[in-house]
Amino acid sequence: MPPLVELEDIYKIYYMGDSEVHALDGISLKIEKGEFVAIIGKSGSGKSTCMNIIGCLDVATKGTYRLNGKNISNYTDDELAEVRNKMLGFIFQQYNLLPKLTLLENVALPLLYAGVSDSEQKERALRSLDRVGLKDKAKNFPSQLSGGQQQRASIARALAGNPSVILADEPTGALDSKTGREVMQFLQELHREGNTIVLITHDNSIAAQAQRVVRITDGKIVYDGPAEGDEIVSKQDKAGDA
Amino acid sequence: MGFGKCFKMAISTIWASKVRSFLTMLGIIIGIAAVIILVSLMGGLTQQLTDMFAEIGTNTIQVSITPRNGKKVEPDEMYKFAEENKGLINDVSPDIPVSGTVKAGTENEKGKAEGVSERFLNIKILNVEQGRFIQYSDIVNKSNICVIGTYQEQKFFGKGSALGKKLKINGTPLTVVGVLEEKEDSASGSGDDVIYIPYTTAIRLNGNGIVSIYGVNAVDEDHVEEATSVIKQFLNKKIGDDDYYQVISMKEMIDQMSTMMNSMQTVLVCIAGISLLVGGIGIMNIMLVSVTERTREIGIRKSLGAKQKNIMMQFVIEAGTVSCIGGVIGIIFGALVAVAAGKLLLDATIAPSVTSIIVAFSVSVAIGIGFGYLPAKKAAQLNPIDALRYD
Ligand SMILES: Nc1ncnc2c1ncn2[C@@H]1O[C@H](COP(=O)(O)OP(=O)(O)O)[C@@H](O)[C@H]1O
Ligand SMILES: [Mg+2]
Repeated sequence: MPPLVELEDIYKIYYMGDSEVHALDGISLKIEKGEFVAIIGKSGSGKSTCMNIIGCLDVATKGTYRLNGKNISNYTDDELAEVRNKMLGFIFQQYNLLPKLTLLENVALPLLYAGVSDSEQKERALRSLDRVGLKDKAKNFPSQLSGGQQQRASIARALAGNPSVILADEPTGALDSKTGREVMQFLQELHREGNTIVLITHDNSIAAQAQRVVRITDGKIVYDGPAEGDEIVSKQDKAGDA
Repeated sequence: MGFGKCFKMAISTIWASKVRSFLTMLGIIIGIAAVIILVSLMGGLTQQLTDMFAEIGTNTIQVSITPRNGKKVEPDEMYKFAEENKGLINDVSPDIPVSGTVKAGTENEKGKAEGVSERFLNIKILNVEQGRFIQYSDIVNKSNICVIGTYQEQKFFGKGSALGKKLKINGTPLTVVGVLEEKEDSASGSGDDVIYIPYTTAIRLNGNGIVSIYGVNAVDEDHVEEATSVIKQFLNKKIGDDDYYQVISMKEMIDQMSTMMNSMQTVLVCIAGISLLVGGIGIMNIMLVSVTERTREIGIRKSLGAKQKNIMMQFVIEAGTVSCIGGVIGIIFGALVAVAAGKLLLDATIAPSVTSIIVAFSVSVAIGIGFGYLPAKKAAQLNPIDALRYD
């Protein structure tokens, strides 16, 4: 079976006037089904760019991207939309819920675009909200919830479409440490249930909770292996234990 | 994603910013209302004028002759001609205008009398309510008599007390021998503002010895054209040069008037159309602003799998709905104003035509979709990651 995500020599180059910014500078990465991978690096190292390419929100300047064995490097805008809809679930740092829709409507959005019937949308969205413990808030608007609740709602939305990969870009970045821990516990639970999770973070203690760590510096992968193997992360881990 | 869902979404978005939506609609409201008002009023006016002409009689043909070198047409010759063309012409009567001052007692005003023969009753339907109409003997005797409408009756004499009284036209006293039945509302300038006198008396009052205008009544509307051409042939024989006579039928005049009114309406509607165009541009402008403001929303929707056509449909339907609501408000507003203005200006009950309402509605929907298309396309083609990053 092919790896779920396979990046092969991916470049993302921004042209700013005369100078080139290599946000990704030849990245190759394989992620298997059921893995919990943390992509870690300093601010500006290229983590988000990497996630956007894995999430089909952006296209690489150069290189090949195979998702579930299919080369999607040359997909059109609409084809990529379909891939995002069917295979990917996003959790953003700023939650990105639509303020004028209720939680139920927000969570149902991926199903709406998948062409699922109204009644099924409602049922599945409710089930998804139930999973994150927000079933009773289904009729509320995002602004009526705390940050942690909003992030949970956005997780419910990511889960609603039953994606193959869950992509989380700094999901705890806007939360206090306690709520952040709760979100992390939830992600680990999802991992135990067999979901594939790619987590972006600059926080070593958070990366330590993943199974595998990919460290990016200046658009290049400098470490790829178990969390314990990364020098800095492993220290963090110990600091966390102490 | 279905149409109904998009529509519901559009309604809630529009409702969320009521004031702005209303201002966006204003151009469409004004444009549509203007079109409805103009079309309704012009329709009412045309109807009124047509009715007026129809009252004169759509079978009527007016013959004007400019006499020269003693070439003229005597009433007897006209009667004979009418007699010979019985299949086409019902009857003919001189119809000579006399204008000047009309006076009775201390009341006086500028006015107009028509010198006609006893046959005029065959040309125009007139009912005499009191007294009698002009008779053959009045013509022969050049009698100083007149038959008046209820306007003159009420203005100069008071209701029911005109018979036998004297009415002076340009100083010549004429005895009122008949009062006609009220046709309209006895107002000045209406069908009740008329004075008929014997045409021989009219010739005397005008100070020349010739009959220059005849009213001819064709047997029916379908024979008006044929009768007109027969009259022309006859006059050509009598007068020769067709520069010196004119034969015009009421039917022709109505047609001419309708053509004129139609082109006037077209011009006015075009002007109102400019307001619709401006309204459309307003919608486009607001939609472009809205797309920019909602870039993040578009990014989120696209990240969740919205295709270009989904985004496109959302924005086009939103623009269409704004424009459509504006159109409906414009139609209601326009219809109310048209009815009120009809009452005040034309004193008539005006009903805006169903066609104009349907057309106005379709136009407003088309404007919304047409002018919403460009902003919607812009929204649909946004790159998801750029849209998501937008603040
Ligand atoms: N749209 C863009 N235009 C130009 N440069 C960009 C753009 N997006 C990202 N970059 C640059 O690419 C590099 C990587 O950015 P990013 O992936 O956001 O980093 P991280 O998420 O690790 O903080 C940075 O130097 C950033 O300035
Ligand atoms: Mg980042």
